[in-house]
Amino acid sequence: MSRADPLSRVLYVDLSRRRFEVIERPDLFEEGLGGTGVGIRLLEEECSPGTDPLGPGNPVVLAVGPLVGHFPLASKTVAMFKSPHTGNLGESHAGGRSAVAIRMAGYGAIVLRGESATPVYLAIDGDAVHFRDASALWGLRSTYTVGAVLRERETGSGYRSILRIGRAGERGVTYAAVVVDTYRHFGRLGLGAVFGAKRLKGIVVSGRLALPVSDRAAYARTYDEVFRAATDSPLMRKYHELGTSMNVLPLNEVGALPTRNLKEARFEGAEAISGERFAETLLGRRLACAHCPVACIHLAALRTPHPSEPYFYKTSMLGYDYEPTYALGSLLGVADPAGVLRLNDEVEVQVLDAISTGVVLSWATEALERGLVSTKETNGLALAWGDWSTYIQAVERVVAQPTDFYRALARGARQAASIFGGEEFALALGGNEIAGYHTGPAYALTMLGGARHSHLDSAGYAVDQKAAASGKALVPEEVAAALLDEERWRQVLSSLVVCFFSRGVYTPEKVVRALSSVGIQRTPEDLARLGAETLARKHAFKAREGFDPAALRVPSRILETPTPLGRIDPGFLSQALAQFQ
Amino acid sequence: MAKRLAVVDVDRCVGCMSCMFACARRLGQGGLAGSCITVHSAGGMRKGFVVVVCRACPDPPCARVCPTGALALREGGGVRLEPDLCSGCQTCVEACPFGAVLWEAAQGKPQICVYCGFCARYCLYDVIALEEIEGGAV
Repeated sequence: MSRADPLSRVLYVDLSRRRFEVIERPDLFEEGLGGTGVGIRLLEEECSPGTDPLGPGNPVVLAVGPLVGHFPLASKTVAMFKSPHTGNLGESHAGGRSAVAIRMAGYGAIVLRGESATPVYLAIDGDAVHFRDASALWGLRSTYTVGAVLRERETGSGYRSILRIGRAGERGVTYAAVVVDTYRHFGRLGLGAVFGAKRLKGIVVSGRLALPVSDRAAYARTYDEVFRAATDSPLMRKYHELGTSMNVLPLNEVGALPTRNLKEARFEGAEAISGERFAETLLGRRLACAHCPVACIHLAALRTPHPSEPYFYKTSMLGYDYEPTYALGSLLGVADPAGVLRLNDEVEVQVLDAISTGVVLSWATEALERGLVSTKETNGLALAWGDWSTYIQAVERVVAQPTDFYRALARGARQAASIFGGEEFALALGGNEIAGYHTGPAYALTMLGGARHSHLDSAGYAVDQKAAASGKALVPEEVAAALLDEERWRQVLSSLVVCFFSRGVYTPEKVVRALSSVGIQRTPEDLARLGAETLARKHAFKAREGFDPAALRVPSRILETPTPLGRIDPGFLSQALAQFQ
Repeated sequence: MAKRLAVVDVDRCVGCMSCMFACARRLGQGGLAGSCITVHSAGGMRKGFVVVVCRACPDPPCARVCPTGALALREGGGVRLEPDLCSGCQTCVEACPFGAVLWEAAQGKPQICVYCGFCARYCLYDVIALEEIEGGAV
């Protein structure tokens, strides 16, 4: 890395004392490269054993990487913290303009320490860091309003990113998210609740630096190769045309689309909520993350009649993606596209993790259906499959937490089931609610064994789908090895902070050349070592915080509902999981 | 014939900033400091984007207000920066009604589009294009 590159500057912000300092940490970026590799090292430094995730001792690390601002699709910010949802490693990635804005402000990472006595937001414009009073913004119903206020009050339009929480984060819902630039999120594992506990309403960050390159010709050439590869492939074209919702129909077709709390894996309403149908009837705009020409973000233009004023309609631009469509659509039996959008809009207004919210409501619906709880516990709401308007009210109550039942729902499906029963159909693995791929054992293993219990840790569904296509039987040890290999390589991608969608573009060989053109020399072997070491550090952090793989439980619903590869054999899972230790 | 950059279909802009990064890369650098283009949201991304480029005015206000004649009129429209003449007063920045004259703080000079069209090559959605200025009129 060139000496003039500001990547190794770390901004330390002390929210308790309202002070900040910038420390050069070339050691960190030399060893960890950026993103996850740097994030886990900072987490080790900042987070003492046994730290309360909602206490002042829990740090938030936001880290970007060396290719940001240089190369396309290097567009992610990695957040590292201790998760209030699982009580263990918290790691979440978001795009939007966050990574470019942090890098252009002149930082490789931002560390947030302590907690503010009163609500605050941070305005970071290059070297200037302001602590702004956010007490009037605290408790506002809609995060859209918060975004509008921050846009008006702060500078840097076109060069900034705006991160903020909603009421869910303020009120400590353990799966509250942080929304970035209205349509992207640090979705999983409860970063929003950590912000809320710190009374940190948001962060506006902006800057407009130049970044040095070390070999102009190689830089220009490699840039064009990456740009072309990213935009010429049919897969990337599909991400642009249909977005991630392209997955609804194929997954439904093979019987892997979790439906009505995974009582089934095919949804009769799949066609109506498919990416194709949305594109034909509702698509109103596509957006991109900063420096990503693919533009996979899809907004529906939803025109709804005003409840009281005749002849008056409002048009809302509402984001949609595969995971919210699964979690708030098929999983809840909602086949009305407007219903899915409006329910997701409430999730956005409160700023929750859409996946966890859908799974929690889906557990609650079945618990009510089976009489484990009554409408007394649900505060009068008769939750029922497909009834999205009642679900909208339920989302509001999960955040407001008027009763013990909603207080339990605000802690996740597993926690709610541990109090009210129904653990066999509470769809969480490793403490995190499942994403929408009932493809087979490899997917369950990704959720169970992945360091952050995310479908993106090692994408086991791809292993399952390959097996389904080839007809070749899966072998537990081989699946475990393949998933661990994939997860190790993904540590490299998330240290570079390139989007996982571009993993076919950023091959080890291309990564080496891209890094070299900006003055960072690494061999493919160096990268492989970084991946293995980063994953090992994450596993060590988890072990330190009490993670016990032997204590992992699989709700029987996941084992009983057949996947395209048949029923998942628990013996297969434990045999494979033994390899993870 | 003189060329200029035109915003031909702003509704298709996805806000990817590829044009902005291309403009900086033209100078052999990464980042955004060197970019002569700004893409910002039209009041939140749900409302789409505003793409600000130099439109190569036939009678450019930036040149008119320049006290040192550092912005020379280009044949056919637009201006060319003579950096040695520039005193760094920033009057040109104020004068452009579009905000298309950006300021390069490190150099203390305005950033003026050179109408090379490199940015347009990276716009996949045909939002901007290099076009000929017919008869010098706009």
